Amino acid sequence: MESQNPSARVSRQTWYFDQDVRLLSSAVVVGPKEGKGPLANYFDKIHSDLYAGQQTWEDAEKQLMADAIQILLKKAGIADKDVDVILAGDLLNQNITTNFTAEQLEIPLMGMYGACSTSMLTLATAASLVNAGYATRAIAACSSHNATAERQYRYPTEYGGQKPPTAQWTVTGAGAGLVGIGGSGPRITYATIGKVVDMGVKDPFDMGSAMAPAAASTLQTHFADTGRSPDSYDLIVTGDLASVGYPILKELMLAQGYDMDKVYNDCGLMVYPPDEADVLAGASGCASSAVVTYGYIVDQLNKGLLKKVLVCATGALLSPVSYQQGHSIPCIAHAVALEGGI
Amino acid sequence: MATKTKSKRIGSMELTQQAYQQKAAKYQPKRNVLLNCWRAFWVGGTICLLGQIIQNMYIYFFDFTEKTASNPTVATLIFLSVLLTGLGVYDNIGQYAGAGSAVPVTGFANSMASAAIEHRSEGYVLGVGANMFKLAGSVIVFGVVAAFIASLIKSVFQMIF
Repeated sequence: MESQNPSARVSRQTWYFDQDVRLLSSAVVVGPKEGKGPLANYFDKIHSDLYAGQQTWEDAEKQLMADAIQILLKKAGIADKDVDVILAGDLLNQNITTNFTAEQLEIPLMGMYGACSTSMLTLATAASLVNAGYATRAIAACSSHNATAERQYRYPTEYGGQKPPTAQWTVTGAGAGLVGIGGSGPRITYATIGKVVDMGVKDPFDMGSAMAPAAASTLQTHFADTGRSPDSYDLIVTGDLASVGYPILKELMLAQGYDMDKVYNDCGLMVYPPDEADVLAGASGCASSAVVTYGYIVDQLNKGLLKKVLVCATGALLSPVSYQQGHSIPCIAHAVALEGGI
Repeated sequence: MATKTKSKRIGSMELTQQAYQQKAAKYQPKRNVLLNCWRAFWVGGTICLLGQIIQNMYIYFFDFTEKTASNPTVATLIFLSVLLTGLGVYDNIGQYAGAGSAVPVTGFANSMASAAIEHRSEGYVLGVGANMFKLAGSVIVFGVVAAFIASLIKSVFQMIF
């Protein structure tokens, strides 16, 4: 059973935030395609141009992250000097989006990389720093851009190679959340840090199959550690398993006695309209879970329409080199529990 | 392979990589080979038909012979492919047609033009120049090697017989 006052260290993987750690504010900025999706109303800014007014794709991604952080500060009514640390990451080599964006801010930076799990990696770490007292306010942020990710991991954007139906579409967007103690906003109660899981899937155009076991591992650990079950939550989302990984995860969870059916969704299936053919299996990228969490989920928690949500962001830790050298895809997932109205 | 049979833990569940991959396979939508073949056939065929029309035009209007008309024909197809790549259309055709738009000379032109456009932001020398053959390079390398071996075999046969 769930204990009433767990200690901060619940297990090797699960942390309980015993202070009143809250997601004080959040902001989401997206590109044109996401802006036409079903969650458009929950986004703070929609760029109508994939270049976001910049000259290169990389500068465009930087603009998305910078916009998200500026909007976040504005919504929270604070200046950059009021934030102690920013934890952020992206998908580009040497985390350039994060590093170049932070250069414009007067905030100490911790750059992080967890592929598409970066959204919850940064949020969990931000919450732990705030809970422990090392930071009064911390920002967690991440971004991805369809064109920069294509270049980083696959082919030039205009290359006419055919993608298989298991492939996914990287979300163009950035999300940021402000973590602090007290005040209003959903409480951040638990975080479960994932282990790397590699089930031997080698196809970089099938991330859903590769990542589902990592998500199952983290979710099962989370339930075992906290004494909670899927029914403890109104909504459980994974980051970007999309239409292939989604049913696999359900089956893996059911095999261990966790029936996810009623509460489970995947951010990769929420960002774009269900009939959008060119996204193939669904959305992916750091921004997939970030725009859904910092946009839709936070809004629903604040309005009281959702009470308890578990976000399990999934990341495929491959590189083009590791794939070309014949290695399978190691994957990871980090989960954070958000609770409104307490 | 040793890694295939390795047993791994997913949470509290023991599962071999092979068993997992079998489990996952039933959720992976397969490529529709028949449909892809048909699309590749009609799009690839249409590109070739277009090439034939262009060639006939060069012969009819500009007094080229069947042999000399092939160079301007290829150049025209390459121009059209590069134009469609620049306009952001060719990748959509490629997603639909697969090999139908990849195999003809237009696909080769697309692989070079797309890489050139992609790496323009890193400058002309280290960007465009160095990356233009990123995808097309292996076609050239193995094309030249195959041609060399073929001509070697032909020469040897001619010497013997």
